[in-house]
Amino acid sequence: MIEIDEITKIYQGQRAVDAVSTTIETGTIACIVGTSGSGKTTLLRMINRLVEPTSGEVRLNGEATSAMPPHLLRRRIGYAIQGHGLFPHHTVARNIGAVPRLLGWPKAKIAERVDELLDLFGMEPSQFRARYPAALSGGQQQRVGVARALASRPDLLLMDEPFGALDPIIRARAQEDLRRIQRQLGSTILLVTHDMEEAIRLGDKVCVMDGGKLVQDAAPTRIVADPASRFVAEMVGDAERPLRLLSLIPLSDLLEPGEAPGDPLDEGANLRDALSACLWTGREAVPVSRDGAPVGRVTLEAIRAAALRHGATDDAPVPA
Amino acid sequence: MTAAPDLRARPAGAASAAFSPPGVLFAVLGLASLALPFVTLRANRIVLGEGLAPWAAAPGAFVAFTLAAVVLGLGLGVQRGRPWLRFGGSLLGLAGIVTLLALALPYLLEEAGDLARVSPAAGFWCLALVLMLLMADALSALRPGPWLRLGLLVAVLGALGLVLASGALDRLSIMLEYRGRADAFAQAAWRHVALSIGSLAAAAAIAFPLGIACHRSGRLRRAMVPLLSFVQTIPSLAMFGIMIPLLAWVAATVPGAREVGIAGIGFAPAFLALLLYSLLPVVANTLAGLDAVPPAAREAATGMGMTALQRLRSVELPLALPVMLAGLRIVLVQNIGLAVIAGLIGGGGFGTFVFQGLNQTATDLILLGALPTVVMALSAAIVMDVAVELTAPGGTR
Ligand SMILES: Nc1ncnc2c1ncn2[C@@H]1O[C@H](COP(=O)(O)OP(=O)(O)OP(=O)(O)O)[C@@H](O)[C@H]1O
Ligand SMILES: [Mg+2]
Repeated sequence: MIEIDEITKIYQGQRAVDAVSTTIETGTIACIVGTSGSGKTTLLRMINRLVEPTSGEVRLNGEATSAMPPHLLRRRIGYAIQGHGLFPHHTVARNIGAVPRLLGWPKAKIAERVDELLDLFGMEPSQFRARYPAALSGGQQQRVGVARALASRPDLLLMDEPFGALDPIIRARAQEDLRRIQRQLGSTILLVTHDMEEAIRLGDKVCVMDGGKLVQDAAPTRIVADPASRFVAEMVGDAERPLRLLSLIPLSDLLEPGEAPGDPLDEGANLRDALSACLWTGREAVPVSRDGAPVGRVTLEAIRAAALRHGATDDAPVPA
Repeated sequence: MTAAPDLRARPAGAASAAFSPPGVLFAVLGLASLALPFVTLRANRIVLGEGLAPWAAAPGAFVAFTLAAVVLGLGLGVQRGRPWLRFGGSLLGLAGIVTLLALALPYLLEEAGDLARVSPAAGFWCLALVLMLLMADALSALRPGPWLRLGLLVAVLGALGLVLASGALDRLSIMLEYRGRADAFAQAAWRHVALSIGSLAAAAAIAFPLGIACHRSGRLRRAMVPLLSFVQTIPSLAMFGIMIPLLAWVAATVPGAREVGIAGIGFAPAFLALLLYSLLPVVANTLAGLDAVPPAAREAATGMGMTALQRLRSVELPLALPVMLAGLRIVLVQNIGLAVIAGLIGGGGFGTFVFQGLNQTATDLILLGALPTVVMALSAAIVMDVAVELTAPGGTR
């Protein structure tokens, strides 16, 4: 568990991070979202003490980070820097193996781990292992940067816009991979992004920052359905809020017995997928399947009702 | 309509594709140099002599043969493309002028008296320069790799050694100066190497750590860089002059200083002066190299838990090394040249001959000091360039 307690950073009289407090449970992903310059990177860097807080404290499992030698603290924490920060004079394999080498892993174990990570990120090890960063595309560099942060299987991962340079398709895949790896290893991740969509998709918790202040931290559904301020609502995107909301509700919630024409959707899909399937093909309902076998349907009527239900709680005016 | 100017432009384009512009310039300059006196014949060592044109320097058939080689060499240099052929042209031309010089010696000295001297004149030097420029131009198009460049250097130095060892040029005036001083020459050569490379090593030992410290501390940097820049602006003669009273004082007051060889004149003051001149380039390049390390790589290194020393060793120094070595290259070439002035304060080295020659107005003696210095500086520059290239870490080349 990470406890961030009234942490503040003042640069030349400016509060880059202003009395931020929040708690991140072990084994969850917290996404920090905010506009450029809102203090996301500064907040992240105070956790591994690349930036020393002006005041306040960070505790890892109850232990204050200020009590540990910084370099030992940092070896426990994976850090994917904004814009990859790969070592240009080291091969991909050496870059990924950097932290394990610092920790004194045997060579064979490092090599094995490097190949495993390259595989995981869809980069053929035999092809990429010996390359230098200059010979990679921007997206590949970024994936190697993330792989490097994961290499020593740290309990805590700090990631600063790790998917910024990826195209939407690779980006979605990388997000899924990260989610899967995180579930498998039970690691705790603090991820900075300026993309609310990414935060909602990945985060167990979303922390919205504005001008150095934490303006709301809550589960994604809460952030979408009940934004704490005008700013958060804008971040979510007023016009897209209903769709965002639907994308957070799984089909299983509205499953009803019965049949429907056309291609079925998997039970794991969300209401937004079902809505767009209905609108696109002019159907009033879509069939739902589990492991390929039909289990029922979801109707347009039910989706509309669900949206209305959440929208109704939203009638209370959003605080300015 | 618009095609017409294009068509007219084509012949000019074709012409410039067939000829290499610098090659044409070299050919014109080379041919013009043939009109200059090729050798000087003097009655004795210090009188002014008479310049002789190439065709007066040797029997007609020899002259025709060697000049044909020079003209052919320049001609090969004129064409574009095929840089190996241009390189061969420069070698052919150089072989031509050296052969003509060797043939001129017995021919001219036969009738002249025992004291007579023959030395290369403006025509020879101009041709040598033009042909070497042609060689450099051809090589730059060839882009030889570092090892090939090193090999070429060894080959050229070897060829020079062979020509000198063959005895064909033994009666050349400068070689006569050498013969009387073979021992002193060897001693001067070692002293010159000791002065320039020794001061370089000492400068590296001081300036690398100093540069790293300046990079760490802005205050130290703001104090040191102007100070070293000031040292650099002291004129070299003045610097060597200042060292004399300074070290004489040290020798007189510090116990034991005299015993380790410190004195107002000689090796110590020359070494110290060269060392002081070396500091700024090495410190400045160390700073530039470290400044150029990508901040993101530096931050990633810290962020993953490297200590300051680990980061320096495995990230910052490897990335900065080529620029740091480029600083050493500047210093080495600069010191080889400056070490000549050490001759003035009894520091030894090739400068000894230069200043003796100046005193006696004996041009050949001056050249005996100056030419080896030039060869040494050029060789050092090439060797250091190769080293800089070979140390560029993979992925940044
Ligand atoms: N070393 C520093 N010195 C002075 N001011 C700084 C420093 N680092 C950051 N700041 C300021 O602190 C504020 C927050 O910066 P930070 O890098 O945390 O923003 P960010 O939210 O990560 O932005 P982005 O999305 O553009 O990366 C900015 O106004 C920035 O100018
Ligand atoms: Mg940032």
